[in-house]
Amino acid sequence: MAEPYQHKIANALGDPKLQLAIYSATGRLADGRRRTVSTEAFPDYQELRQHAHEIKKHTLNHLDFYLQELERNVEARGGRVIWARDGQEARAFIRNLARERATNLIVKSKSMTTEEIHLNEHLAQDGIEAVETDLGEYILQLAGEKPFHIIAPALHKTREDIAHLFERRLHAAHETTPERLTAIARAALREKFLEAGIGITGANFLVADSGIVVLVENEGNARLSCSAPRIHVAVSGIEKVIPRAQDLGVFLNLLGRSATGQPLSVYTSFLSGPRREGELDGPEEFYLVLLDNGRTKVLADAEKRQSLYCIRCGACLNNCPVYRKIGGYSYPWVYSGPIGKILTPQFMGVHQDPWLPFASSLCGACAEVCPVKIEIPKILLALRAEITEAGIQKGGMLEKLAFRMWAWLMRHPRIYERVAPVAAAAASRLPRAGPLKAWLSQRDLPPLARRSFRQLWRERRK
Amino acid sequence: MPRVSLFVTCIVDQVFPQVGLAMAGVLDRAGCEIEFREAQTCCGQPAFNSGYRREARTVAEYFLQVFEDADYIVVPSGSCASMIAHHYAELFDAGDTRIAGLASRVWEFSRFLVDVLHVEDVGARLERVATYHDGCHALREMRTKEAPRRLLEHVRGLRLAEMDAAEECCGFGGTFSVKFPEVSGGMARTKIDSILRSGAEIVVSTDSSCLMQIQGVLSRAGTGVRTMHLAEVLDSR
Repeated sequence: MAEPYQHKIANALGDPKLQLAIYSATGRLADGRRRTVSTEAFPDYQELRQHAHEIKKHTLNHLDFYLQELERNVEARGGRVIWARDGQEARAFIRNLARERATNLIVKSKSMTTEEIHLNEHLAQDGIEAVETDLGEYILQLAGEKPFHIIAPALHKTREDIAHLFERRLHAAHETTPERLTAIARAALREKFLEAGIGITGANFLVADSGIVVLVENEGNARLSCSAPRIHVAVSGIEKVIPRAQDLGVFLNLLGRSATGQPLSVYTSFLSGPRREGELDGPEEFYLVLLDNGRTKVLADAEKRQSLYCIRCGACLNNCPVYRKIGGYSYPWVYSGPIGKILTPQFMGVHQDPWLPFASSLCGACAEVCPVKIEIPKILLALRAEITEAGIQKGGMLEKLAFRMWAWLMRHPRIYERVAPVAAAAASRLPRAGPLKAWLSQRDLPPLARRSFRQLWRERRK
Repeated sequence: MPRVSLFVTCIVDQVFPQVGLAMAGVLDRAGCEIEFREAQTCCGQPAFNSGYRREARTVAEYFLQVFEDADYIVVPSGSCASMIAHHYAELFDAGDTRIAGLASRVWEFSRFLVDVLHVEDVGARLERVATYHDGCHALREMRTKEAPRRLLEHVRGLRLAEMDAAEECCGFGGTFSVKFPEVSGGMARTKIDSILRSGAEIVVSTDSSCLMQIQGVLSRAGTGVRTMHLAEVLDSR
């Protein structure tokens, strides 16, 4: 495994406070989901999941068609669509827009897509301040950290952590109740909302037949980010498009439940471009940045294409026994948990972190809770095969040789029968190294049977 | 009388032979005609899960050859059964006749008893408080949830005390257990916390590999709780 991650994993495992924070927060979210999708609470859940899966499958299979329809309808409503091949193109558009409109303050609502392209850091280099207005994201921005979780970015921070941070960075009084802490952030952010020239949001869904952007949130900061400043820019991956407004009935029913256990999130905004004549509010200008950044590469692979169905609910993280041990910072990219394990190698290339798809027990809890039924374990297995094929893992040659020998032995039962006990006996006498050492570092090993089943069976038959 | 061909899995063959014998005993008493094909070895899952598809495929081809004309193939493991019933499809062409109908011939032991033989009471007796661990592949890939519990409920003297995290992974995961030992061990310790909270004296499951992990951590932690494969419980009298 890549060294820095080994350290990160060890640090997470060795921090009891962090372990408790991850366990209780993900446990609460997972419990909430379980309650709201239970048969009693929501009898149609399984049918709806299947339906969502089919809609995503259809849309991704005809993505070019729906993206063009979306563009036509966004522009018919007075907005503009910007096609960005990568992060650099998306960032350049936003930077130039800020310069042309002579603003150096941007308010932002939570968006994993902008995390993916490191928007804030780049804007800062150009002298443009982008302020996160989601409470969790704001805390992280003050702390100089990245999201720990897709939907609960500051899940690892305790109230005490946040109190200290606000004291240090905002010179606020020491407050530890959630209400008071929120009030401190709210007061600081209110100023920013009023001054900002541009509001940037992500997008939960883009509706092709009506040219609208749908935002789902609980704090109201996204709604304010796209309505208080004169200009609204929504940054979205191209895979967020859905065909029809009526499909929202499927996805909105699944997203809140899967994410936080809410039948519907507190605010759902349907944004249809800039303010028109006679309207009282809304931005003067609206831009939709449609980002590829590797997505078309994933789209090209028929088997793994389903990775793009993801609606970023975070349920797979909350239910993943590995994420719940190692936490969000042990993953190499902005997307953590099971979904991160399949997105990262596909976006960045399998060469980048070849250990990542192997860091799973393949328990399948992720696929079980995924609202759009992405077969995450199946994709992990496909990625593992690609990695061994490419021979890019540390110690890969030795492992390959071992599996070749093993496969031969498995086709020669008589030799296998003689070799297996000898190999086992030898292993128990050898210095504790390799897999045996790894096993014994955590648990005891059962003694090997003195006689194998096949021997016992033979004796019995006599 | 159903003809049953036992697939005893490599780990049961080498480490837990008593599980294979127990399974044979239970099926025999349930009226099956049992055979054990000595040419059998492994289902190929270790290679498949580690990304070695070519090696997995050669072992799978060998397995299919050994069990070619078997009626029912009964396996004391949800994980190995799932490898054969579901994942072989990923190693062969869709039209390959060797894998046609495989899913209806390969059975995890407890579901074979309940869903094919329609037996829930095998006449077992064991005076213990037991908790049941849902092996991930048994649960999620082989839909094995009710069958083992129904069988356990009919064991005389046995009380089933469900743990709160029955469906949570034990952390074994094949080579995952040695590639990421600390994570795997951490998962197992979370699992045994739940087991200990249940007050059970024994942990029962359909998979010996999960039980090897759970037993290893239970014994390292110095607890007196021990693991038993479902077949061993059902073979107790």
